[in-house]
Amino acid sequence: MSLLLEPELTTIAPVALAVHVRNLCYRYPDGTEALHDISLQIGEGEKVALVGPNGAGKSTLLLHLNGVLRCTSGSVQIGSTTLSDATIRTIRAQVGMVFQDPDDQLFSPTVFDDVAFGPLHMGLPEAEVRQRVAWALEQVDMAGFERRMPHHLSVGQRKRIAVATVLSMHPAILALDEPSAGLDPRARRGLVELLNRLPQAMLVSTHDMRLVQEVFPRMVILAQGRIAADGPSRELLADGALLEQYGLERP
Amino acid sequence: MTTSFLDRYIDRQSPVHGLDGRVKLLLTLGYILALALLPPGNWLAYAACAGLLWWAISRAQLPLRTILARSIVALPFALVAVSVVFTRPGLPLFSLPLGFATLTATDAGLILFASILLKSWLSVQAALLLTATTHFFDLLAALRALHLPPILVAILSFAYRYMFVLVEEAQRLLRARDCRSATLPGQRSGGSIAWRAAVVGRMVGTLFLRSYERSERIYVAMLSRGYNGNMHTLTPRRLTPTEQGLLVVGLALLTGITTLSFFM
Repeated sequence: MSLLLEPELTTIAPVALAVHVRNLCYRYPDGTEALHDISLQIGEGEKVALVGPNGAGKSTLLLHLNGVLRCTSGSVQIGSTTLSDATIRTIRAQVGMVFQDPDDQLFSPTVFDDVAFGPLHMGLPEAEVRQRVAWALEQVDMAGFERRMPHHLSVGQRKRIAVATVLSMHPAILALDEPSAGLDPRARRGLVELLNRLPQAMLVSTHDMRLVQEVFPRMVILAQGRIAADGPSRELLADGALLEQYGLERP
Repeated sequence: MTTSFLDRYIDRQSPVHGLDGRVKLLLTLGYILALALLPPGNWLAYAACAGLLWWAISRAQLPLRTILARSIVALPFALVAVSVVFTRPGLPLFSLPLGFATLTATDAGLILFASILLKSWLSVQAALLLTATTHFFDLLAALRALHLPPILVAILSFAYRYMFVLVEEAQRLLRARDCRSATLPGQRSGGSIAWRAAVVGRMVGTLFLRSYERSERIYVAMLSRGYNGNMHTLTPRRLTPTEQGLLVVGLALLTGITTLSFFM
């Protein structure tokens, strides 16, 4: 599951990679190029923010991590597995994808059914499914909501449940699309604590620069389908000219 | 729109609320079937059925008056059957001259019509009792356990889940329209009927497109969590001996009433 870099190829300490994207290009079916020559490495447990203007390709890139979209050229490697038709199902168990609108993510009549959906599809025994659901809901502070219906919950609660629906699959990587959009300050605070607490590697698209500052040591700026900058958040966030150039705000 | 009047009673504690959805669903279906099979004009059997149902409603701690009042909303549908009053052969009671023809009401027709009204009224009450004491997802689980095709259960489940989302989306569209439907003093406002109809038409189209796109996103969300075309669910728990007993006794009672009614 770990891929060690050759020591002479890199100056940083050898680290196991959770995500390794190589020269990824993607064209929409109509021919417009959405992503161009994206190369990205994320270490195990590393938390990376993906920022950039609307339409830069953030969501498109996230959808490549678990093979919902397939790159026109290049490759995506999750752990030691390269994404292909043969490996797509095992990769979906490793990459927990949470969509922006919790109403898209939560499609079952009850919270329990939704959190149990992934584990049931993995064919786990029922006792373990129940145990995983309980564990995942506890992780997001939503224990006791099993029999509630999603439309009776607040947006903040729905977002937390949405994260639980993938935590129950025990993923190594979380790919979250704008998790803080539409949250009130209290719910946002809860989200920050949750993201800080979770041990998984993360690639999180967001417009929320304070979220970047509070959770993500590293950030990647995506602009017009290309990686414009990739580095420590503290340095990039201090570079006013760079932020200005890509239409971003200082936190 | 997040609650219906029935939701008020759904989380109460009562012997009926605590019953498994499968037992309640089967008993309700059995009850409605038995009612439908009762011969017309068998008032004693109707009274027995009504008594059973009202006893169950009181055990469920539901207000009988509310249930009775609510169940009347379905009666207009039963009025379709009013033609039997005039078409059923029997003793003539009175005639309505309609110019081109004369309608003659018969006693047998009137009895049949009253029976249909009564049966449909009781059936609706039984359905109300079921839905007021059973969560929708428990009903889905019951349907699944009773081997309704999984695809139908899935469709019902999605319909229930997204009905609320869709209604809220429609309300947002309507609210956005209303917020911009202003009037200037001394100016005729509102546009022509054709224009307003076109606006509504486009809103319906927008709603359809949004729902369509949402369905694609939901499908992607399902794929991302390993969906492969089959819905997997936990196996339902076994019915307790009490529930099994209740099911047998209830269905036997209904069969008994139905059978007896043919000899009365």
